[in-house]
Amino acid sequence: MATTTEEEIDIELSPPGEEKGVLTGGIQSLFYTVDHKKLGLMYIGSGLIFFVIAGLMATAIRIQLAIPKNDFLEPDVFNRFFTMHGTAMVFYVGMPIIFGFANYLIPLMIGARDMAFPRLNAFGFWMFFFSACLFYFSYLGAEGLYGAGSAPDVGWFAYSPLTAKAFSRGHSTDYWTLSILLGGIGSLATALNILVTVFCFRCKGMTLGRMPLFVWLWIVVAFLTLIALPPLSACQIMLTLDRYLGANFFNTQAGGSAVLWQHFFWIFGHPEVYILILPGFAIASEVIPVFSRKPIFGYPIMVAASVMIAFISLGVWAHHMFTVGMTSLGNTFFAISTMIIAVPTGIKIFNWLGTMYGGKIRLDLPMMFCIAFLFQFLIAGLTGVMLSVAPFNWQLSDSYFVVAHFHYVLIGGLLFTLFAGIYYWYPKAIGRMLNHKLGLWHFWLFIFGFTLTFAPQHVSGILGMPRRIFTYDPGRGWEIWNFISTVGVPFQIAGVACLVANMIWSYFKGKKAGDDPWDAWTLEWATTSPPAEYNFEKLPVVRSRRPLWDLKHPEDPDWKHE
Amino acid sequence: MACMLIGLTTAIAQSDSTVHEVANMFEPKSTPAEMIHEISLLVLLICGVIFVIVTTLLVYTVLRFRRRGSGDDHEEPPQVYGSTQIELAWTVLPILITVVLILVTARTIGEIQDAEMPADALNIRVVGHQWWWEVHYPDYDFVTANEIHIPLSSATERRVTHVALESADVIHSFWVPQLNGKTDLVPNRTNHLWLEPTSTGTYLGNCAEYCGTQHANMQLRVIVHPPDEFAEWVRTQQAAPTVDPAVARGYDTFVSNSCVNCHTVNGTVADGVFGPDLTKLMTRQTIGAGVAPNDTANLRSWVRDPQVLKPGALMPDMKLLDSEVDDIVAYLQTLK
Repeated sequence: MATTTEEEIDIELSPPGEEKGVLTGGIQSLFYTVDHKKLGLMYIGSGLIFFVIAGLMATAIRIQLAIPKNDFLEPDVFNRFFTMHGTAMVFYVGMPIIFGFANYLIPLMIGARDMAFPRLNAFGFWMFFFSACLFYFSYLGAEGLYGAGSAPDVGWFAYSPLTAKAFSRGHSTDYWTLSILLGGIGSLATALNILVTVFCFRCKGMTLGRMPLFVWLWIVVAFLTLIALPPLSACQIMLTLDRYLGANFFNTQAGGSAVLWQHFFWIFGHPEVYILILPGFAIASEVIPVFSRKPIFGYPIMVAASVMIAFISLGVWAHHMFTVGMTSLGNTFFAISTMIIAVPTGIKIFNWLGTMYGGKIRLDLPMMFCIAFLFQFLIAGLTGVMLSVAPFNWQLSDSYFVVAHFHYVLIGGLLFTLFAGIYYWYPKAIGRMLNHKLGLWHFWLFIFGFTLTFAPQHVSGILGMPRRIFTYDPGRGWEIWNFISTVGVPFQIAGVACLVANMIWSYFKGKKAGDDPWDAWTLEWATTSPPAEYNFEKLPVVRSRRPLWDLKHPEDPDWKHE
Repeated sequence: MACMLIGLTTAIAQSDSTVHEVANMFEPKSTPAEMIHEISLLVLLICGVIFVIVTTLLVYTVLRFRRRGSGDDHEEPPQVYGSTQIELAWTVLPILITVVLILVTARTIGEIQDAEMPADALNIRVVGHQWWWEVHYPDYDFVTANEIHIPLSSATERRVTHVALESADVIHSFWVPQLNGKTDLVPNRTNHLWLEPTSTGTYLGNCAEYCGTQHANMQLRVIVHPPDEFAEWVRTQQAAPTVDPAVARGYDTFVSNSCVNCHTVNGTVADGVFGPDLTKLMTRQTIGAGVAPNDTANLRSWVRDPQVLKPGALMPDMKLLDSEVDDIVAYLQTLK
């Protein structure tokens, strides 16, 4: 790679005492800011608020299911809660938090001053935020201003014809449809913005092959978002036409097709799973090398595996539909494509292990969360393989086994890496370290509660418990597993409470972080913590994937080896 | 993983009782379920081995390479960037495993889904409703609900049941784990599955696709009889109903209220099709698609106001007088 024409590495570390506050410009600046860092933090902050709301709904669900024939929640309330929980966790918790990380970090990592389109960036945030408000407003507005309100109760994938006028009266389904449609516009804007930023705003010397893996994974995620979201928006529009203009795409009573909705939804829905989990991979790919003190093992193949995952993920959607009565050929095709995706995913896990192997692993909080992620995501991946075996899927699909599987993906996989990311980059964004002791409490309480809640659900699923039932009879072998599952909840709540307390306490009292508390290698650690609005006083020039390594080890820089 | 194994062993105790209350998919009692069971054991084995290997590697790596003390702090470990040979190894191995999985999966899909139905297979048509099951026996020309009776298949006398699945409203899913995997009931479409039970008894199942308010109480029972017992049951179902003069008042109340708009009782003016057929109501173990046992107290409660036992059910509170409820229940209890 290194040639004689290559420019010398040139990174100006900021002088000490340069730190600016987090909230420059005061609270009011949040409403008009176009700064990618503020928007990033706003994404993460509002995502965390919705996380707490959706988490409390899940708590109520678990209380209802703790014992058989419980009447803590009425059937309709229960159905609304799991719909609001699922929809919010995907669209108003997962999406904004990952976009928050991307927004905050991508410009810093590629040595840019901001996103390519700062105003579009703010537009994306406010679309997300207002669509979330609209979504929750359904509790008040869905049946009009008279009588009791009601939120959507059709499940997060809203299978038709349950959403048809005949089966979903009032406006609850419309709130669901419209808020997702609006949120989708915001996501598209952000995805576009990320792509343009990465392709046009990289600093001198940062070729595509020298970008941090985090940025690479975000190229993949942004492309997936651009491809996957339009079908979702399309079917929301079609559903609205069905409900108000008699279009009858999905209205089976007028000859529409119920299966068509599923194709539309899952051709979005499956890539969506990767849109959510790849940013988790992105965080792990930054944290694991730094805390193992080694470069990522097999960078090119990590990039290739990510791109492959994205491609294949566009061709697996009907594995959510093995039970709708596809032909044996169709079932076989989607079983095969789904199994193939296990190969690049396995490669990624092995490469992370390879990165750790032979290193000097610092067991700090970000790394602990990443190790837990590796273990839990391994389980999630293996239960995913089981689900891909179509005949096995005929048993497991729509049972609690699936509930356990995707919570292992989205909590055990995504949320744990997000926690890792929070512990890793909080010092950069706020300028202070998070408290280590409180962090340890968070880690152990949460991992204990998470396992207690979701591991037993594999069993209740195998014993024939379908998902989304608001009650069950005693004597079917499900009581004990459900009870254990509920017992795990307070531990998770306590864990999250530790995190929230930690974030607030450390904001005021945390140890000063300095610019580079983890002795890391990517460009965001070259500037102040928190960074100034313009990020870098002088735009850096890099020669390798680990510019700060080169700076710290001039005797053995990376560019000699890449 | 450990939990899963415990789950398997705890559930094995149930096998000989007549009601198989724990619907454990790892205790199959029907040919297609056994075929699924077989492939799932193979998949579990493969996944189990991978799990053990990777977890061991992870634990070993963390323990072996964690930084000890703070003495050697500033020494960085050797910087390794990758290795083509190793990458190749951990790419090729998973591909081989995947190929094996693909082959067995494709074979099992075909064996179950494209199985030839024998000419003497019993045909059943199940229509899903919010929130109950309508069950047709076209070969014998009668209709029942929520509880499906089928004959036992044995080595000497193979009896296969072919089930056609349809829906009257939204999507439901037919799932009796010990007899077969689930298949959806999709409006405007007929799906199929088959059962070949190898052991008698009552098997429990549920609607497995969320279908609205009372999705949880859309339960399903499949009762497997030896062939002669099954023939006996069929004869009972076909027998012409009679009106006992002792319950004439109940009959009058029943037919003069709007009950008849939704329910059918053969041989009477009641020919509604929105609710379950009541012709042989008393041969069923439960009411309300499994929401409660079929006894006098529950029947009374249901006739008085179905919303008590099953809030959200599409049968409204008929606002009957107490005496009318008594009369109707007395009449219903003669339907056997």
